[in-house]
Amino acid sequence: MRPAHFMLLLLVSAAALAAAPLVLGSFTVTLLNYIGVYALVALGLVLLTGIGGLTSFGQAAFVGIGAYATAWATTAHGAPPWLGLLLALALTGGVAAVLGAVTLRLEGHFLPLSTIAWGIAIYYLFGNIEMLGRFNGISGIPPIQVGSISFAAAGAIYYLIWLFLAGAMWLSANLLNSREGRAIRSLRGGAAMAESLGINTFRIRLAVFVLAGLFAGLAGWLYAHLQRFVSPAPFDVKPGIEYLLMAFAGGSGHIAGAVVGAALVTLLKNALQDVLPTISRNSGQLEIVFFGALFVLLLQHARGGLVPFLRRRLPKHTPPPPAAAPPLPRRTLPQAGTLLLKVDGMMKRFGGLVAVSDVSFELRAGEILGLIGPNGAGKSTMFNLITGVLKADRGKIVLQGQAISGLAARRIAARGVARTFQHVKLRPNMTLLDNVVLGAYLRTRAGFLAGALHLDRGEERAVRAEAMHQLHRVGLGDRPYELAGNLPLASQRILEVARALAADPALVILDEPAAGLRRADKNALADLLRALRSEGVTILLVEHDMDFVMGLVDRIVVMDFGVKLAEGLPAEIRADPRVRQAYLGGVT
Amino acid sequence: MSAFLEIDDIHVAYGKMEAVRGVSLSLQAGQIVTVIGPNGAGKTTLLEATIGLLPSRGRIVFDGIDLRRLEIEDRVARGLCLVPERRELFGELSVIDNLLLGAYARRRDREGVRQDLATVFERFARLAERRNQLAATLSGGERQMLALGRALMARPRLLLLDEPSLGLAPLVVREIFRIIASLRSSGVSILLVEQNALAALETADYAYVLETGEIAHSGAAAALMHDPKVVATYLGGQA
Amino acid sequence: MNLEIALLLAQDGIANGAIYVLVALGTVLIFTVTRVIFVPFGDIAAYAALTLASFQLERTPGTIWLVMTLAGLALAMEVYTLLRRGEAHRLPMALLHYAVLPLIPIAAVWIVGGQRLPMAAEIALALALVMPIAPLLYRIAFRPLADAPVLVLLIVALAVHFAISGLALLFFGPEGFRTEPLTRAMFTIGTIVITGQSLLIVGASIVFGLLLFLFFGRTMAGKALRATAINRTGARLVGIRPAAAGELAFLLASVLAGTSGILIGPVATLYYDSGFILGLKAFVGAIIGGLVSYPVAALGAVFVGLLESYASFWNSSLKEVVVFASLIPVLLWRSLTFAHLEDEDEAEDAA
Repeated sequence: MRPAHFMLLLLVSAAALAAAPLVLGSFTVTLLNYIGVYALVALGLVLLTGIGGLTSFGQAAFVGIGAYATAWATTAHGAPPWLGLLLALALTGGVAAVLGAVTLRLEGHFLPLSTIAWGIAIYYLFGNIEMLGRFNGISGIPPIQVGSISFAAAGAIYYLIWLFLAGAMWLSANLLNSREGRAIRSLRGGAAMAESLGINTFRIRLAVFVLAGLFAGLAGWLYAHLQRFVSPAPFDVKPGIEYLLMAFAGGSGHIAGAVVGAALVTLLKNALQDVLPTISRNSGQLEIVFFGALFVLLLQHARGGLVPFLRRRLPKHTPPPPAAAPPLPRRTLPQAGTLLLKVDGMMKRFGGLVAVSDVSFELRAGEILGLIGPNGAGKSTMFNLITGVLKADRGKIVLQGQAISGLAARRIAARGVARTFQHVKLRPNMTLLDNVVLGAYLRTRAGFLAGALHLDRGEERAVRAEAMHQLHRVGLGDRPYELAGNLPLASQRILEVARALAADPALVILDEPAAGLRRADKNALADLLRALRSEGVTILLVEHDMDFVMGLVDRIVVMDFGVKLAEGLPAEIRADPRVRQAYLGGVT
Repeated sequence: MSAFLEIDDIHVAYGKMEAVRGVSLSLQAGQIVTVIGPNGAGKTTLLEATIGLLPSRGRIVFDGIDLRRLEIEDRVARGLCLVPERRELFGELSVIDNLLLGAYARRRDREGVRQDLATVFERFARLAERRNQLAATLSGGERQMLALGRALMARPRLLLLDEPSLGLAPLVVREIFRIIASLRSSGVSILLVEQNALAALETADYAYVLETGEIAHSGAAAALMHDPKVVATYLGGQA
Repeated sequence: MNLEIALLLAQDGIANGAIYVLVALGTVLIFTVTRVIFVPFGDIAAYAALTLASFQLERTPGTIWLVMTLAGLALAMEVYTLLRRGEAHRLPMALLHYAVLPLIPIAAVWIVGGQRLPMAAEIALALALVMPIAPLLYRIAFRPLADAPVLVLLIVALAVHFAISGLALLFFGPEGFRTEPLTRAMFTIGTIVITGQSLLIVGASIVFGLLLFLFFGRTMAGKALRATAINRTGARLVGIRPAAAGELAFLLASVLAGTSGILIGPVATLYYDSGFILGLKAFVGAIIGGLVSYPVAALGAVFVGLLESYASFWNSSLKEVVVFASLIPVLLWRSLTFAHLEDEDEAEDAA
């Protein structure tokens, strides 16, 4: 869609929404109110689950905290609802921060399981605290007021709900197109990729978890003043999974998916409530059966949801490539020929197996060094030791005079080491440009608030221009808005190189970049690396493919069975009988 | 004479990326055919498609049966057996349990299984010594022997071997290839994928060189061994 | 709290824990073989108890309708899949599997027709009736997703729980039931009274634990299940069908869950949805074992029982809060002691 069409669509929907209470019946308006409240919760889940990859079954508990906070403050203490809002946000944010700090280091399925646990615990807490009315709940919650205007009527609070929702969607959309938002979008590519770019994945996970919690808390506040009554039931794990159903049904990877999903589920529920009583007197239960079955079918057949399905049917619009902008500051590169990296006596054991045994070598600024060896020689282990993915048992690595051995991957990245991956790690659903911009994460500063409020546009222009420059540099500049997943393997590897270059690195380490490439692609890659060397980039090339390495590198280190077998110029290595034996093998 | 295994123009893709593009090869009963080539050439992919771990386009005919419709378990039951690169042993089970599970598809033939177990222990004396040890505690060479032994328990007619020498010390490599050669004389046909080109070519009858998903050369194994093009593929150079 | 009360609570806790042990073992069995974190597992226990209660009240158990609904769905799906793949010759097997076998216990109930049977026969029939439920759910909801990430399977498991709890209310009705006591024996040791019921519960979990141990150690089927759990690719390569292994795991686990339901029936009033909380508590125990270790899961389940017992003495209304909140430190400890596994999730829009 063109931006102009998009603006038009936004204006039309805004006008339609504004006019809705004037033309629609009060029942429909009430329905729209609930859709708006649910959409806020689902929006948090889109950010958290669909985009960040962290599944929560406990979101309803956050809604409950927000709702009970304002219910308690306004009924027991007569506080104005706006004070209730502050309390609701402070409490949900605080609880989310504490729960997140404790649980977000959990891996795989243990994290979602923990959300069931605290979700149920909080639900039982609501039902057993005297102050909160136990399972009877709290009634008599006052309506929201601004001056003398009361938002008691369904048609009035409607505007409040949809304004808050629109605001939350605007902030979310801005955020996702900013530095930290891209970091959130990188989470699903695995911690190894994000950390190698300098992203503190725990911090990002915590931030998106708290944000989703705040959206739920806000929804809870609106819910309490809409219902004017709260009880524990709507904050159990069952509604928690309904929110998840909304996000998945709408399209958990898209902001619009939250609204579409909330509308879809709410309207369906409403329709079912009309139809089911004609089938059975236990219609409330049939509704659950229906939604359970619907969710299972959805996950079996259409995990992407409705929004991507619709989007494929809309005309695509490609914006113009980013314009030139003032450049980002650059690192002072070391003088060519000076010592850049010193690997000294590295040793790594896995159980009884010695993967790397007493390996030492040096790398000088401006050269390409090849680290080669047959499969199982210990090259990858060596690579992981240098980039901080593994910790060495013994030995020392010094980069530009500073010891980097033992540092976390993202701290090594911050010292100017950029890497690529043997099994390409890109975000297939992000554009080429966004993938490369991710590489410049450490060169930019904008935080969550600046991103969400669009205060980062100057820096954003600079970093996009920089990414465009790197795309041109590697020869991928003609389609910056293509999705990375649509590229052939060879181009994906080159895109990883561009991402590494965007970090303005002192040292680029490439992990088997030629594996699986055709001869022509290999030649193109070799040409690119030669060009980079002539621009002063230092490259460590870990490679299995001798053919690729021979004509390209300045020096070679050969590893076999975890030890350094040989070191020297390419011609010397080729003539070395030990290397021939290691590579060609033979029974004798 | 029609071939024992006939692979005809198969394509295997991971998502949008084709790892094997239009590969055709054939193997006669009783032969050892090897597929050599550099990392990432698609060798493992080819074997995984043949056994059915990966979906493929094209025709794979084994002993007159089109394999496309069959699931892995049915292919195993018909005598096709893969010894994968990662061995895929049951680490927390004992050596003897690993071997017995190898005969899972014919577990009702108790007498036959008992005999085969004795044969495997004869062939691999090391495994007999360690029969009650957990597979995870074996050394690299012993694991490869166990993987081979487990495959033999299925009474395969065609063995697909993926990098049997990978990560093994030269002495063990020699032992493994001696066993591979002796398997042929007991009537098992073998499709062998190897990095260790010279060892593979010395053992095989016929060879294919795979490069970036396509067959680059093929010929009698003995002839390819001295082919400069093959040497260049491995050591790089001006070929 | 004096020693006597402490011992009393311990007895209570161990008896409760022993119930959780059976469900926790089943949870681990299902997870390791199929990677499904089967949240509705506690429901199976509740259905067994409710079924037995129906027999004792000389009513037709709602289980019949539940099994028939699920069998119909599973059969329809299987027939559709087979026809689409052009494998019509497998239809008779499918019919046997998804129609005839689940209907045998139903036919038995129909023949008995509401008469009282000896208690052992009623228990056996109740178990036979609930046994097909979990394998049928596996066929309907999980097998089409065999290659999906654990997380998707977990979400499906939760959705399935809510779907069948709705059906359960429809078929069992909203009222709670308690079954007749299995034994009224009492033993006194010093000042402490131990009920025969608790001994029975503890004994049953020990016996079933041993049976499971023997099954895995001595039988080919048991070893095939373990092989599937240890290495799915390896299992396929020796000809073990993951779907068949999964079905067997669900079936065996159902026996465990069903037994725990029979045992808990006389000591607690169960409703159509009581299984959820029961299952989740067993879950906490299973997670202490990382969802992979049977002995640690059993110990974990006993720990949960004890925790619950002492927590209810301290503040009975907050015992659930204590039990579920205890999962968080447990998970933290697991995540620190577990081998680091990099999980990637690239397949978002591919589905």
